[in-house]
Amino acid sequence: MSAPPLLQVNDLKKHFPVRGGLFSRKAKWVYAVDGVSFEVERGETLSLVGESGCGKSTVGRAILRLFDITAGQVVLDGQRIDDLSPAKLRGMRRRVQAVFQDPFSSLNPRMRVRDILAEPIRNFGLAKSSAELAAKVAALMDTVRLPRDALSRRPHEFSGGQRQRICIARALAAEPELIICDEAVSALDVSVKAQIVNLLQDLQAEFGLALLFISHDLAIVEHMTHRVAVMYLGKIVEMASRQQIFTAPKHPYTKALLSAVPVPEPGAARTAMILKGDVPSPTDPPGGCRFHTRCPFVFDRCRTEEPKLRSAATGQWAACHLEELPEAPGSAH
Amino acid sequence: MALLEVRNLQTHFRTPEGINRAVDGVSFHVDEGETLAIVGESGCGKSVTAMSLMRLIPEPPGKIAGSVRFQDKDLLQLSEQEMRAIRGNDISMIFQEPMTSLNPVLTVGRQIGETLQIHQGFDKQAAEARAIEMLVMVGIPEPARRVREYPHQLSGGMRQRVMIAISLACSPKLLIADEPTTALDVTIQAQILKLMLDLKRRVGAAVILITHDLGVVAEIAERVMVMYAGRKVEEAPVVELFRSPRHPYTQGLLGAVPKLGSSLTGAARRLAEIPGQVPSLKERIEGCAFAGRCALATDLCREVAPGLEEKGPRHIAACHYAPKQATAA
Repeated sequence: MSAPPLLQVNDLKKHFPVRGGLFSRKAKWVYAVDGVSFEVERGETLSLVGESGCGKSTVGRAILRLFDITAGQVVLDGQRIDDLSPAKLRGMRRRVQAVFQDPFSSLNPRMRVRDILAEPIRNFGLAKSSAELAAKVAALMDTVRLPRDALSRRPHEFSGGQRQRICIARALAAEPELIICDEAVSALDVSVKAQIVNLLQDLQAEFGLALLFISHDLAIVEHMTHRVAVMYLGKIVEMASRQQIFTAPKHPYTKALLSAVPVPEPGAARTAMILKGDVPSPTDPPGGCRFHTRCPFVFDRCRTEEPKLRSAATGQWAACHLEELPEAPGSAH
Repeated sequence: MALLEVRNLQTHFRTPEGINRAVDGVSFHVDEGETLAIVGESGCGKSVTAMSLMRLIPEPPGKIAGSVRFQDKDLLQLSEQEMRAIRGNDISMIFQEPMTSLNPVLTVGRQIGETLQIHQGFDKQAAEARAIEMLVMVGIPEPARRVREYPHQLSGGMRQRVMIAISLACSPKLLIADEPTTALDVTIQAQILKLMLDLKRRVGAAVILITHDLGVVAEIAERVMVMYAGRKVEEAPVVELFRSPRHPYTQGLLGAVPKLGSSLTGAARRLAEIPGQVPSLKERIEGCAFAGRCALATDLCREVAPGLEEKGPRHIAACHYAPKQATAA
């Protein structure tokens, strides 16, 4: 039997309670993630894409177990981790690390870079002596291409891009197998963003890291991912390889999303498929297919019956009732 | 004649650590009905430029020098009262974050009607009727109901539509849009960009679009000005700029942006990086501001700031070494 995938997420659900009005006791629920399943192989990049409120960050946080999930399973290397006791969870935490969007708020301003990087190494007992610890910390700086003499500085002395390098070094310090990058490059300027994207790709090649890359920036995703899962209102609507998603998307939402991205090429011929209206609220998602309120191809069945993910091509799944999934508009780009 | 002519605009801020030269001698013009995009990364001075045109910089700590000619008037010489007659009437502005730029305790109708009552002498009923028309124009469903709603009852995309309605209510000659779609999701961004293009054609306003997103620039601008560290480094018509950028910074910027679809055709997989960081604006930069990150830089660049030279038809760039003829694209 072949080895299990590094990460398996089975029918994950996370519902958050919200209180009603000022005096109302009746709690409503935000269906942030509502039945999501996927796998990440070793050394692979899977991107979760979608617009704000689609639940992509909640999936990342649920895997990190920053909160308990409502239903479903998270399986790391064949072992369920969503119900582990805190003591047993520690070992898992070493194997899955995270890099967040805002490097200003995710670094402790009072700690020197040296201590920020040493903390995970000490916590997980990865160095046998203080000399080894110092050597590891120095090597991490080389890995993320920061000068070693910056070790005694504090986060505020660095620019945004440099801070994000520190966050990446801190994630690497625990020697993880999977890094969850939650909008890790979204807050950075164009030229710095390119530096960090290249760094992440180099690190993946060097350490065989798996990445769960959560992003709304489709051009970056296309540039660095192996597979893509597209989310809409707490569900995966399409999942496929990079090539398939970007050249032959099947789900109408994926097509709309791709065609809405402005291309940095003046006069580029594109047939934008502009969706009407806004994303409905996740406290009260529409019945049937969640996309039916905005879908240009909607028909009766979509309003009543929820479509399941079904195979559209080898390695490509889409959740749509359309018999013949329509051709991509302007598939030229 | 140009609608707006900016000469040697300098906006400096006094800070405890010294003078911050946020905008350091920028000149440009905008023709009637034209769309000019100002692009650059955070801190390059693009937003401060826009705020300076509208005289929205608090003085002190800020200090604006130079001249801003708009319809035969120098906006920098006007009294505050004369300036108020121009803001929201002849020149209006849209900001990035519609939630913070709308007043949370006033209805949408009041906020659209306010400019009409102040500038065009509408009475309350007429202003509300016109507010409803404006909501129809920006594509808000059920305008008669929405006009009585408050900003928190609207989604992000709708709020930005309301902002656009406010800014166009008095049919301005010039609209300054500062990152108008940056806070929006892509499908909503596509709606708003299309709306802005349609309305610009109908109203005939000139637009200054401030953005860091080169995709948005390619989509709606006619002419582009690139800023770096408070200075203008290049300016050209949009097609020309994307086809043959002359300044090394512009070239680096364009190379650093992944293009949707480009990595599928077997093109290079690695993004071009611009090494290093943007220089601090608190020290006077003697030579070219980009010299520290530029592969072509020599001692000349570090000592003498290059002037803007003509490098092609309507194409200027500030670089000692940028070629005059287009390099093979």
